[in-house]
Amino acid sequence: MNELELRLGRQRAAGKKALIPFITAGDPDLDTTSAILDALSDVASACELGIPYSDPIADGPVIQASYTRALEAGTTLEQIARMLACRPTPSALPLIWMVSYAIIYRQGLDSFVARARQSGVSGLIVPDLLFEESDTLQAVCEREHLALVQLITPTTTSERAQRIAAASRGFLYYVSVAGITGERNALPAELCDNVARVREWSDVPVCVGFGISRPEQARQVAEVADGVVIGSSLVRELSGDWGGSETSAVERIRQKALAFAAALGHPQAD
Amino acid sequence: MGETTFEPGPPPDASGRFGEFGGRFVPETLMRALRELEAAYDEACRDPLFQRQLADLLKHYVGRPSPLYFARRLTESAGGAQIWLKREDLNHTGAHKINNTLGQVLLAQRMNKSRIIAETGAGQHGVATATACARFGLPCVVYMGEEDVRRQAPNVFSMRLLGATVHPVQSGSRTLRDAINEAMRDWMASVETTHYVIGSVVGPHPFPRMVRDFQSVIGRETRRQAIDQFGRLPDLVIASVGGGSNAAGMFSPLIGDDGVELLGVEAGGRSSQRGDHAAPLSHGQPGILHGSFSYVLQDDDGQTLPVHSISAGLDYPGVGPEHSHWKATGRVRYTSCTDDRALEAFGQLARLEGILPALESAHAVAVALEQASRRSADDIVVVCLSGRGDKDAAEVRRLLGEDDRT
Repeated sequence: MNELELRLGRQRAAGKKALIPFITAGDPDLDTTSAILDALSDVASACELGIPYSDPIADGPVIQASYTRALEAGTTLEQIARMLACRPTPSALPLIWMVSYAIIYRQGLDSFVARARQSGVSGLIVPDLLFEESDTLQAVCEREHLALVQLITPTTTSERAQRIAAASRGFLYYVSVAGITGERNALPAELCDNVARVREWSDVPVCVGFGISRPEQARQVAEVADGVVIGSSLVRELSGDWGGSETSAVERIRQKALAFAAALGHPQAD
Repeated sequence: MGETTFEPGPPPDASGRFGEFGGRFVPETLMRALRELEAAYDEACRDPLFQRQLADLLKHYVGRPSPLYFARRLTESAGGAQIWLKREDLNHTGAHKINNTLGQVLLAQRMNKSRIIAETGAGQHGVATATACARFGLPCVVYMGEEDVRRQAPNVFSMRLLGATVHPVQSGSRTLRDAINEAMRDWMASVETTHYVIGSVVGPHPFPRMVRDFQSVIGRETRRQAIDQFGRLPDLVIASVGGGSNAAGMFSPLIGDDGVELLGVEAGGRSSQRGDHAAPLSHGQPGILHGSFSYVLQDDDGQTLPVHSISAGLDYPGVGPEHSHWKATGRVRYTSCTDDRALEAFGQLARLEGILPALESAHAVAVALEQASRRSADDIVVVCLSGRGDKDAAEVRRLLGEDDRT
């Protein structure tokens, strides 16, 4: 088991709901990304780091705009890896890369996974890689002790959902809505039933993401899930006018994450 | 008129691959929709009613078969092989795009989808989709990059006249590839009610197969017309390749005819430097884009590169997976043609034959002129004239004006 699997497994055993924030690597620059990781290290259970991609079809406008900003700032995979390798305690906050298969394939599967591992990353989410296409990457990840997190959506049939749940490592990502990432005013009514069913099929914790924008929604979801992923509502904090006040955006993200942690009943957030 | 019918070609393997290319690289949310589409398409392929309906539309609504025309003065000018033009420019809406949109909208209607979405670059596919939707009374939303909306104002107006809603896309490069991203996103949230009419042989399985099959009427007609009009198959068939739908439609019925040489022409743009062209088969490498594994123009990190072509319809960083497969097997050869040569061929065809070709098609004409000049007068070259050039007249005028000043 790697850091991610240990951490989430321990939290589930203790009845603590996982909080997994998402931020884009390199938006607006990698120093800020590093500062955000520091600010989240005692709040989050693990952190998803989005590797910016030019054509992210699974992502909504907030995250795509964030990817565009990161790419316009010249962010490369090499620089992201270097930033992470320089961090003092890489394993304090387990990191998951959210990355398009376009980027993984281009680097070569072996070399990409090795680089992720050298950067202290313990999990991968590849939103455009279907379960049916993931055998090869899964094998490379197993060998390097990297958890390949699989996704289930409301449109996944039960038969496939069971196979996907069995293959997922680290956690199982339950996508709450049919659609793209982004904040929603209301979560689907059948969400709780769906998550409860999926949990029966999964040995790993089930975390819910896509569309969770308010702490109250996170609390509701956590009643049935093992944790929540918070993306667009944090990334939005990076989209405003910077005006050189980078500390305040980092602090705003920390405050927001703390509010979600409190909704999940985390003690340090009280 | 057996050739103006709907006859599906050989399917890819179970994972949607032509050789190693194709497949499905999309979010899980789309998996069920793609499987449903695949099943509905398979069923339609076996249904004589669907085949009859589509054949009827192609004949009476599109005006097929399109002529195979001997370009006598163009041939004399090249001074070699005979040049024949497959006149897709004479179709309703002025290009080959309508063959695909009618097929897909007819299929969507069978699937009880109540809404149609599409992406468009130059607007030709958007107009063809809006046309098919008007014909069937279905609401239509066309995603179009903001930059293209500005450059292709007449097509935007046509789409609106046809009752479609044009949705300008403001993300990323604000061109065709962002329009595809945006259409995919819409589809992810609306799959229950909506069909996505993709405009070329790109995207996840089953789109490349389906679009190829709907376009393959071009190649079947050409095959029959060749035998009727000159008693044998041509020696060389040339088509332009952006995403590659007119070329796939022309080539696929001829793939089994070993004596017919097939040549695809990509947009060579200004030069072979990065960002100056739109020729992934000539200058790119295999990778993932828009749900499919195929040749693509990417930087070393896997980010899609900017592309350039004088022709908006060829201005795309990817290409259909079956073309990648044909390149790998060597059955089809691919080359590229620069902006300047295409522009020259545009003028030549206009003056010598009284035909204004689409700038896309002009790329194929340019290569045909070169090829013909090197061949004997007994050889026969067929060019897919995929669309008419009225839409490009203003752009050509602008370009020629600039040339005059320099």
